[in-house]
Amino acid sequence: MAQVKAIVLRAAGINCDMETRYALELAGAEVQSVHINRIIEDKAALEKFQIMVFPGGFSYGDDVAAGKILANQIIHHLSEPLQKFIDDGKLVLGICNGFQVLVKAGILPGDSKGLATEATENTEKRQLSKISNQSVTITCNDSGKFEDRWIYLAPQTKKCVFIEPGRQIYLPIAHGEGKIVTKDTASMEKLKADEHVAFKYVNENGEEGGYPVNPNGSVDSIAGLTDTTGRVLGLMPHPERHVRLTQHPHWSRHELLRTCGRASAPHGGAMGHEPRTADGRTIFDNAVKYIQKNF
Amino acid sequence: MRQWRFEVFNREGFSDVHGGSVLEDIRELGISSVEAVQSAKVFLIEAEFDEDFAGRLGKELLADPVCEEYYIGRSAAPAGLAKATLIEVHLKSGVTDPVAESVTAAISDMGMAVNNVRTARKYILLGDISQSQTETIARKILANDCTEDCVIGNEAEPPSPHLKPYELKIVRLPLRNLNEDELTALSKEKDLFLNAVEMQAIQKYYAELGREPTDIELESIAQTWSEHCVHKTLKSSVDMSIDGEQVHFDNLLKETVFKATKQLNKNWCISVFSDNAGVVEFDEDSAICFKVETHNRPSALDPYGGAATGIGGVIRDPMGTGMGARPVANTDIFCFGEPDKKLEDIPKGVLHPRRVMKGVVSGVRDYGNRMGIPTVNGAIYFDDRYLANPLVFCGNIGLMDKDKCFKNPQSSNLIIVVGGRTGRDGIHGATFSSGQITHEYETIFSHAVQIGNAITEKKMLDVLLQANDANLYEAITDCGAGGLSSAVGEMGAELGAEVDLEKVPLKYAGLNYTEIWISEAQERMVIAVRPENLKAIKKIFDDENVESTVIGKFTDDKKLILRYNGQEVANLDMDFLHNGVPKYSRKAHWKSPELAEPNIPEKDDYNDQLLQILSSYNVASKEWVIRQYDHEVQGNSVVKPLTGVNNDGPSDAAVIKPKFNSDKGIAISCGMNPLYGDIDPYWMALAGIDEAIRNLICVGGRADRIALLDNFCWGDCTKPETLGTLARAAQACYDGAIAFEAPFISGKDSLNNEFTCDDGTTIAICATLLISAMSIVDDINKSVTMDAKKAANLLFIVGETKNELGGSHYYKIHGRLGANVPKVNLETAPEIAKRISTAIADGLIVSCHDCSEGGLAVALAEMAFAGGVGIEADLRGLPKGNDCSRIDTQLFSESNSRYIVEIEPENYDAFASLCLNLPFGQIGKVTEEKILSIKAQDGKAVIELDLDTLKQAWQKTFNW
Repeated sequence: MAQVKAIVLRAAGINCDMETRYALELAGAEVQSVHINRIIEDKAALEKFQIMVFPGGFSYGDDVAAGKILANQIIHHLSEPLQKFIDDGKLVLGICNGFQVLVKAGILPGDSKGLATEATENTEKRQLSKISNQSVTITCNDSGKFEDRWIYLAPQTKKCVFIEPGRQIYLPIAHGEGKIVTKDTASMEKLKADEHVAFKYVNENGEEGGYPVNPNGSVDSIAGLTDTTGRVLGLMPHPERHVRLTQHPHWSRHELLRTCGRASAPHGGAMGHEPRTADGRTIFDNAVKYIQKNF
Repeated sequence: MRQWRFEVFNREGFSDVHGGSVLEDIRELGISSVEAVQSAKVFLIEAEFDEDFAGRLGKELLADPVCEEYYIGRSAAPAGLAKATLIEVHLKSGVTDPVAESVTAAISDMGMAVNNVRTARKYILLGDISQSQTETIARKILANDCTEDCVIGNEAEPPSPHLKPYELKIVRLPLRNLNEDELTALSKEKDLFLNAVEMQAIQKYYAELGREPTDIELESIAQTWSEHCVHKTLKSSVDMSIDGEQVHFDNLLKETVFKATKQLNKNWCISVFSDNAGVVEFDEDSAICFKVETHNRPSALDPYGGAATGIGGVIRDPMGTGMGARPVANTDIFCFGEPDKKLEDIPKGVLHPRRVMKGVVSGVRDYGNRMGIPTVNGAIYFDDRYLANPLVFCGNIGLMDKDKCFKNPQSSNLIIVVGGRTGRDGIHGATFSSGQITHEYETIFSHAVQIGNAITEKKMLDVLLQANDANLYEAITDCGAGGLSSAVGEMGAELGAEVDLEKVPLKYAGLNYTEIWISEAQERMVIAVRPENLKAIKKIFDDENVESTVIGKFTDDKKLILRYNGQEVANLDMDFLHNGVPKYSRKAHWKSPELAEPNIPEKDDYNDQLLQILSSYNVASKEWVIRQYDHEVQGNSVVKPLTGVNNDGPSDAAVIKPKFNSDKGIAISCGMNPLYGDIDPYWMALAGIDEAIRNLICVGGRADRIALLDNFCWGDCTKPETLGTLARAAQACYDGAIAFEAPFISGKDSLNNEFTCDDGTTIAICATLLISAMSIVDDINKSVTMDAKKAANLLFIVGETKNELGGSHYYKIHGRLGANVPKVNLETAPEIAKRISTAIADGLIVSCHDCSEGGLAVALAEMAFAGGVGIEADLRGLPKGNDCSRIDTQLFSESNSRYIVEIEPENYDAFASLCLNLPFGQIGKVTEEKILSIKAQDGKAVIELDLDTLKQAWQKTFNW
């Protein structure tokens, strides 16, 4: 089996690159953290990788709007190689700020046709027309402030290669601009119809709810989106922050976890049970397995 | 060149969150006539592009395509029934505008050049409001006078800040012929904060040199000798009378705090009290450094900016310790006035405590979160004596290679400044922080406020870590208080240095050579680099767009030589600069106050009192604050600040796991109890030490690897009675450190925290000693949290409960102080800590919580509602001292060294034999029923409350 190679993007203000790298390594990938300047210098730099991750942080201070400046940089310098990366059947994951970047660069949900016909030969122009006609964005939390809290996520699609269908997972969010909104109800319906919704915020019993179950006021409790191929995923919560059992906020309650509303097997490592994989790891494990199988 | 103006509004149907929160703040001010607030972002762009491009800019960059719309030019006020008032908030000229920098870069990514970008915020207030109300809203909510200007109505925006270039004019300040009064007057006129003795020492130095000083030389001396930089009060000789008994210290600090460290001589202490942070061993390869700083004065003037640069500054301390550390955790401890104060009770020149608190929290949040460093531990303390002098303690912990804990600058190394550019911000910060504030300081010292940009610091951190890994520099330090003057001066103290000041990159033109030298502009570090490594290190910096500039070199003549365009502006002996400060002798005085215990009638039950204490500002849940901090970034959290079945119980301390490939952890905690200081600062300090240590022990920290940090925040120590309280606390630091074998590794003081009101009265803060503590956790998988775990488990208390309600929260809710301050038994306290630590390491304890503010009753309540399980307690099992028969004493006494532990029944024997000879007893058990009940000796319930009621009381106070 060929070694899976993953790239973790670095740029000014990105700050979750180290733990994201660690999560990918745990999943078995060989990982390089690469600064965006190096990719702009050498556009072929992406070719040797099969997984690209846009990690969390505050790229360029989230000035103007979260992820906006980095998205602008990607549109104008990296549209072509990134489109090729996706067209080649490879995987792209955006976490928190990385998700904001993917949405603001028009890569997710990736349904806005706009002027993007086959006739538009220039990928940069196509991307620009996409963002001008974008129907989905991510904006300030209803609470008006940054919040760090753990939330439950229910998967909504079977087509996204990162997701284990049916497995509800528990991850932390940490953001001030995580509310997903659509231009109108029609675009919302289209998102759902085209199976772009990857995850929803739910309570421990799997039911949607108001704040804080839905921590930012996202429409329809949406926490993450995938593109039409299912090979691009963006989500506000941080899977890389739950890759070992002692990151779970209740880990010190050991066996008590069983009663915490988790449908599937408890992770009771300390109580002598076979520990279940930490929830966030599934995302990285699935990505690496997919590449191993398909490349 | 064309001036473009863009206004970006929320599209109809999408909520204007910022406008909404401003409206909320206006209502809080008591102004009800404002019906709605609309906010907009304003971009002022000076460039040569056409309408087409302007349209693209609005659509593609400035406005969100879904939820915002843009307007080119100045939009008219919305027509409608309600009257509209426009207010625009612009940054003052010279204030860093990070958004403008990002927009400039983004436009260049779009293939267009711009000359200048500025940003502003626009507010449209709808409703019938008076001129004076508008001004109040502008001043109290929308803008800060220190850094921002308000434009009310449809006036033109402030002119673009094109500053004239500076032309060299060397200024000399003759002082050789001045008498004592004239010397003092000169110091005052130039804001040097040097006293007559110091000015005379300087006079003597120049008399010997046979010339007059330049302004930059005096400024260099003033900031090197400032209280902030040399701690002259703590290092002075002190003649002290303690209740009539005379004690003498040659050097207060060296004979108390330092002395304990020296005497303990722990081999795991690597570098103490010498570098920017204290350094101790972590494991075979790594060391931990820890530093806690205060940023009080700037936070009083500009809570947001002051706190942000406070955390930004302390992060640079570990980055500048040894050869540099990687920051892994932040801590934040604040002291504020009580937030429900009436506006009319706030002295002139003072911001409302609620505004201070909100601003400080946002500042720490925005800077710490952007840096990607988890904020894992903290505390907030409220007392009205902090009204005019809020205290902001920011701490940072870093991890570094064990073989890189020391610097080695050599002569002929190049001096390179890395990171942000130098501006006029923060001039005189070091000297300013050494004086008192008055109601006029807001205007006089607004330039002392520094403006931070976390992303500049994060970029700089990223490249410095790479340069450190490649061994490309010989020494590193941060530009903190005193700016380049302090950084270059300290690094070259044993060598000598030459600097060409015109080479320092500036934010804007017009700075004179002195401003360049002493500016405290943020996000700058100084490194010493061998000439042969210059090319390689510059490539690392350039590759990630971090500016670095050679500004001079280290020499071997022990002189500090400064030039501007080749002309010498300063020539000072390093020895005089660093060792010339006169030694002080001070008088201190301590007399035990005559206090009495209050006579509070006993009650049948204490439910109301418990609820009242749980709701009191100091005890209540700080979840509103904690959630705004990212405490998970870096993925290193093990024991989080909020814990328990619903992630909302109050952890005693944080545990982090700083290395991916190791299960070794660091426990981090703090202790502080200013109220006890009103009775006796000696016991206050020991209580702080005991509390910080208890917190570490509770989560599984080792008892034999505890390191302490001290932060003394005091009033005016030229007053013997104020210095007396400080010396009492310093003595306790020695006694506590020796007893617990826990050395102090770093410390900092902030004195003169007094405020002179416009009526001449003075508000001094209470004597405040923050003890920060850290220890090693050998195996993080054995850490313990404070939430009660499971019904049928047994609860024990270890440690004796005494009649010690003095300074307690129980007395506080009765408006009383009392006399019986909690003491620490220096023999049993360390022994209890050791045994609990062993029991946790042996896996005998499933939850552990200490008794602190509010005593036993509060601790049991917290364990119960955090765990979502009931507790049935019985005071018959309580080990107690003499004179402790009253039920309220047993419930609420704040006696130190007490731990409540939860044990599974099968571990009872092992635990009991471990606790042999210690005061301990079973006080109850965990139950299914969600009720806390505490029975008195006669079997009657003196507390009986359900968990929801308890938790609500605890959470409602800061449910903002």
